[in-house]
Amino acid sequence: MIYSEKVLNHFKKPHNQGVIKNASAVGEVGNPSCGDVMKIYLKIDNNIIKDVKFETLGCAAAIAVSSALTDMVKGKSIDEALKITRQEVVNDLGGLPEPKIHCSMLGVEALHQAIKKYEEKK
Amino acid sequence: MKKKNNMQNVYLDHSATTPTDEKVLKEMLPYFSMKFGNYSSLHGFGREAYFAVEKARKTISDFLNCKPDEVIFTSGSTESNNLALKGLISSIRSKQKDVHIITTKIEHDAILEPCNELEAQGVEVTYLPVKKNGTVDIAEFEKAIKSNTVLVSIMYVNNEVGSINDIEKIGKILKKQDHKIYFHTDATQAINFLDCDVEKLNLDMASISGHKIYGPKGVGAIYIRKGTPIKPIQTGGHQERNIRSGTINVPSIVGFGKAVELAKKDQEKNNKRIAKVRDYFVKKVLEKIPDVMLNTDVDHSVCSHANFCFVGAEGESILMALDIEGIAVSTGSACASGSLEPSHVLLAMGIKKEIAHSSIRFTFGKHSTKEEADYVLSVLPEIIEKLRIFNPLYNKQ
Repeated sequence: MIYSEKVLNHFKKPHNQGVIKNASAVGEVGNPSCGDVMKIYLKIDNNIIKDVKFETLGCAAAIAVSSALTDMVKGKSIDEALKITRQEVVNDLGGLPEPKIHCSMLGVEALHQAIKKYEEKK
Repeated sequence: MKKKNNMQNVYLDHSATTPTDEKVLKEMLPYFSMKFGNYSSLHGFGREAYFAVEKARKTISDFLNCKPDEVIFTSGSTESNNLALKGLISSIRSKQKDVHIITTKIEHDAILEPCNELEAQGVEVTYLPVKKNGTVDIAEFEKAIKSNTVLVSIMYVNNEVGSINDIEKIGKILKKQDHKIYFHTDATQAINFLDCDVEKLNLDMASISGHKIYGPKGVGAIYIRKGTPIKPIQTGGHQERNIRSGTINVPSIVGFGKAVELAKKDQEKNNKRIAKVRDYFVKKVLEKIPDVMLNTDVDHSVCSHANFCFVGAEGESILMALDIEGIAVSTGSACASGSLEPSHVLLAMGIKKEIAHSSIRFTFGKHSTKEEADYVLSVLPEIIEKLRIFNPLYNKQ
């Protein structure tokens, strides 16, 4: 199992890692008994994702997915963000080893959950 | 202490494999291009190969305290384990259908998967639980013996945590039974460190491997006591008394013999050296890092292992972060295995799944130094701290 250079770079220095206090929405998916949990914080203004942060428990791939996805989401409208597919995240990372493909799901699911919560709150 | 970037290759994964000793390599080299004969050939080239292989066989049989023709060379412990289980059961089942095997929950997959296959063919298998320290409970073992038990296969040393099973005691119990129960051990992780006298341990079969003891990869052996019924699982060329067909791997066997010779000669000296570094490392990790569980019971383990759970940090990411610093270790996290479950060994020891995902195994070898341990100790606390900060659940409201 070999990670791409991009995955390793995201893992070494993840982008957008941290917490947003008073976030517009928070999504959290995963389960510690499965070994991975991702929490995503969104700051939304006028339907635009102005800021995004994440906290992730998981393997190098899960952390890299969190980092890459949050980069992709930042500055996008909610509709644009919802259109991001797991394959796009995988492509952005220069691919993931086969057993790690499911990690890309974690990021997309956390994002969708946060946006759903935001829409419900509105 | 050396500066961080001065150490780029700290290898603490000796339970995965070991570097081939230079003395071993030197012994092997002539048998590739110069002394390349086929062991089975009648001419001079063949004889040269024959005598080299028989010398290795003698060295290994001396180490095991058995007769040379009770040592069968294989491609490694996986093959030896498959041969022991499937070969014996297949032979016995030609006469007796209703058979029972006792093994443990902490065996290597090279035992567990053949057992699963045999179960699918109607063989009854008991997987013994283990105590919290990763060793078989002898009372539980005795309770599991039945009138149709024909084989017991219990590993000598566990590969993940290093725990040592009391093979001698189990052997004694089996010797006292009314009917014959064959006794096999996977001794792969034991030959570096422990006495493997098959008479003393009352073994009928034992699997060993070259690359765990500073020998080459792809070679191993199985000890089969004379009279043990084994049906071959690979047929063809009639080598190894027709038990294991296939052209004899002369250079690797020569290297394997040398590796066993060195392991025996230096065992006491190496054990002391390795224990010193390992014990120092364990003490410092527990001092420097909060919320750590030591999964290796150092009083009932070989001297090489130090297996920890770093609660709140995921094992594969610890492994990758250490790799970036030039340090090689392994993990029992599901994320590293491609399966969804963390280490079956840690789970059998009663460790919760979410904790088992945070496990890291450090295995020290004969070349490991205190300086290397210090280098790991200079980067590990920060790595754990950072990953815990990433974790949304660890010490958060």
